[in-house]
Amino acid sequence: MERERPQSFNTVPMKERLTIPRQDMPEQDADQRSANFLEVNLGLTPEQAVIEAQRCIECKKPTCMDGCPVSIKIPDFIQLICNEDFIGAAKKIKEDNSLPAICGRVCPQETQCEEVCVMGRRFEPVAIGRLERFVADYSLKHGNGSAEQTKLPAPSGNKVAIVGSGPAGLAVASDLIKEGHEVTVFEALHEFGGVLVYGIPEFRLPKLILRQEVATLEAMGVKFVKNFIVGRTMTIQELMSEEGFDAVFLGLGAGLPRFMNIPGENLNGVYSANEFLTRSNLMRGYEFPEWDTPLYRAKRAIIVGGGNTAMDAVRTAKRLGADEAAIVYRRSEEEMPARNEEIHHAKEEGVKFMNLVNPIEFIGDDEGNVIAAKCLRMELGEPDDSGRRRPVPMEGSEFTMEVDMVVIAVGNGSNPLIAQTTPEISTNKWGNIVADEDGRTSMEGVFAGGDIVSGGATVILAMGAGRKSAIAINEYLKSKVWSVA
Amino acid sequence: MYKILKAEFIAPNVKSFLIEAPHIAKKRQAGQFIILRVHEKGERIPITIADSNPDEGWINIIVQGLGKTSAHLNTLEAGDHLQDLVGPLGLPTHIENWGTLVCISGGVGTAESLPIAAAGKAAGNRVISIIGARHKDLLIAENQMAEVVDEVRISTDDGSAGRHGLVTDVLQDLMDEGVTPDMIVAIGPLPMMAAVSNQTKALEIPTMVSLNAIMVDGTGMCGACRATVGGKTVFVCVDGPEFDGHQVNFKELGSRQKMYKKQEEESHKCFLERQMKKIKAEQMLEGV
Repeated sequence: MERERPQSFNTVPMKERLTIPRQDMPEQDADQRSANFLEVNLGLTPEQAVIEAQRCIECKKPTCMDGCPVSIKIPDFIQLICNEDFIGAAKKIKEDNSLPAICGRVCPQETQCEEVCVMGRRFEPVAIGRLERFVADYSLKHGNGSAEQTKLPAPSGNKVAIVGSGPAGLAVASDLIKEGHEVTVFEALHEFGGVLVYGIPEFRLPKLILRQEVATLEAMGVKFVKNFIVGRTMTIQELMSEEGFDAVFLGLGAGLPRFMNIPGENLNGVYSANEFLTRSNLMRGYEFPEWDTPLYRAKRAIIVGGGNTAMDAVRTAKRLGADEAAIVYRRSEEEMPARNEEIHHAKEEGVKFMNLVNPIEFIGDDEGNVIAAKCLRMELGEPDDSGRRRPVPMEGSEFTMEVDMVVIAVGNGSNPLIAQTTPEISTNKWGNIVADEDGRTSMEGVFAGGDIVSGGATVILAMGAGRKSAIAINEYLKSKVWSVA
Repeated sequence: MYKILKAEFIAPNVKSFLIEAPHIAKKRQAGQFIILRVHEKGERIPITIADSNPDEGWINIIVQGLGKTSAHLNTLEAGDHLQDLVGPLGLPTHIENWGTLVCISGGVGTAESLPIAAAGKAAGNRVISIIGARHKDLLIAENQMAEVVDEVRISTDDGSAGRHGLVTDVLQDLMDEGVTPDMIVAIGPLPMMAAVSNQTKALEIPTMVSLNAIMVDGTGMCGACRATVGGKTVFVCVDGPEFDGHQVNFKELGSRQKMYKKQEEESHKCFLERQMKKIKAEQMLEGV
């Protein structure tokens, strides 16, 4: 489909644009930041943002938009930055993405919008993520919050319950409140944000930013209820029949940590990444004893896994004062699912990488505390189902290393709570909720999206699924026709 | 915020709270628990629901002031509020008519086993309660228990009330008298549950225990509460809290409960120091 090109405000001649260097984002010095929990990236300056925006060559077919799971109008907001209309640029993003300050920080832009940026073919791609983050922060600081939002339509008379306040739920809430529906978000924990609050550390996503984004939705009329476990405090059936909700969206997240099923995994000092990060992020264990929740401060910590969660955990361990914090990963760095930026930051902060290594047993002392990890060295064999080369143990390579903390970051299964309490909703063999492309489940009026459907993925993919569901929920509320694909 | 409707000490250092929680009161079944936070920097701790009233919209919890959070909680009075309260969590107790049900309990476990004893009685069982304590002053809920079961037997470590000895001795007495329990539910301190399970394993009497594990979220998300049952890892919060006592690895659970012993002591000390300062300041003000 041909889209209308946005008005150009870029005064730099085309040839010169190619010679402007990609603007680096200022960040805290590595030695300093590895000892504090303050945000690592400091954000572009307004001058830098304009220069970076001027690197855009205004393609006729903006491939960047195809790379974005929620199709943000990237060329449009970039032109507004060229015009120094930062608040306008933020508004433009908010038409498609209700959480730009968050996505600007945690989206893997290098495999999405920036990967397909035409500039990237011969030069470096436009730093779309950094620009998104810049205008979102600018708007939070200088804008007037909810007043910027589009005017809400008259109440539709429909009530929607959203289960889970993570990225999927927040995206649905934002879209449906704009349609005039009464929207209530139910959260099991005592703070809103789901994985954004318990999973992603302060140094990558300050909680203040998250609270501001939630407050914006609240100002638009979304109701937020904490300490409420759908399935236990009230079932889905009760929400619909007794509380009068016309539709329900389940954005529960993955939320069941996987372990390796090797000996010694239940020793003290062996954590799931979920527990370690929740204790640190949600419960602020790094401020113990000022905050009540205790957390191990290890001398020698290993984190098993190679994803973003593993990077978050290892960088947290380092900040808690570990002399040595190491990633133990059974494949090589090339196969690591973590973002390059996270790997790079971890290395700068002194994190050790032990690739092609896999633990087979954890060893404890008499009191049940972990003191060592027995590992094997691996080599890469033929590609497996995931297309990545399969790690195979090397014969006779067993070795033992001293550790006093282990964090297992090998992914999440599906939380069984809804399946336990709502048999009407079908799940697959992995426990994920079965839903069609628009999120319709096997129970009329109930939709689902995000990690609980797809299995562990990213914040933006969960938001994308949420937005798709929001369209289908809106159609369902208007027609009251349940069309199962 | 969740209002405390009533708060009273029922034994030294043991306080009973009625807390306003209409949703939880309506849903809660025997054996389930809640998670609460006392204040905005507080930790999340699980506590078994001892009783509830759906009409009046409250739940009852019994708290022994052992660590920082429980000690802080026990300073609260009627009219005060809890920061956070969520539930009901965990699977409800499986109750059926087994025949003769023996409920063995110690410490605050007695209050927690009350609803199970009552449900067991309602299901048609003959219910015998064995309550253990170190000293008679530490006995709680024995009178309420007597109201719902067929017989209550008491043991104290020092012989200050009931039989001089342990709950396992009372169980042996019962058997010697010709009582053959069809089912045993043991709730209380870990060493007590371990000892009972050990005793009944040889006797092949099915024994259910309610495990107390350290938790954070309580919904299966973090895995802090894992235990080994029958050689497999379980999450106490979503797979329990009740398990076959003969299958539980009590040694592992015992060391997991002590995981933060040092930090807990530090935290408790900080709290006591703050309390002392507060009391001194109040005394000074009164003096002026």
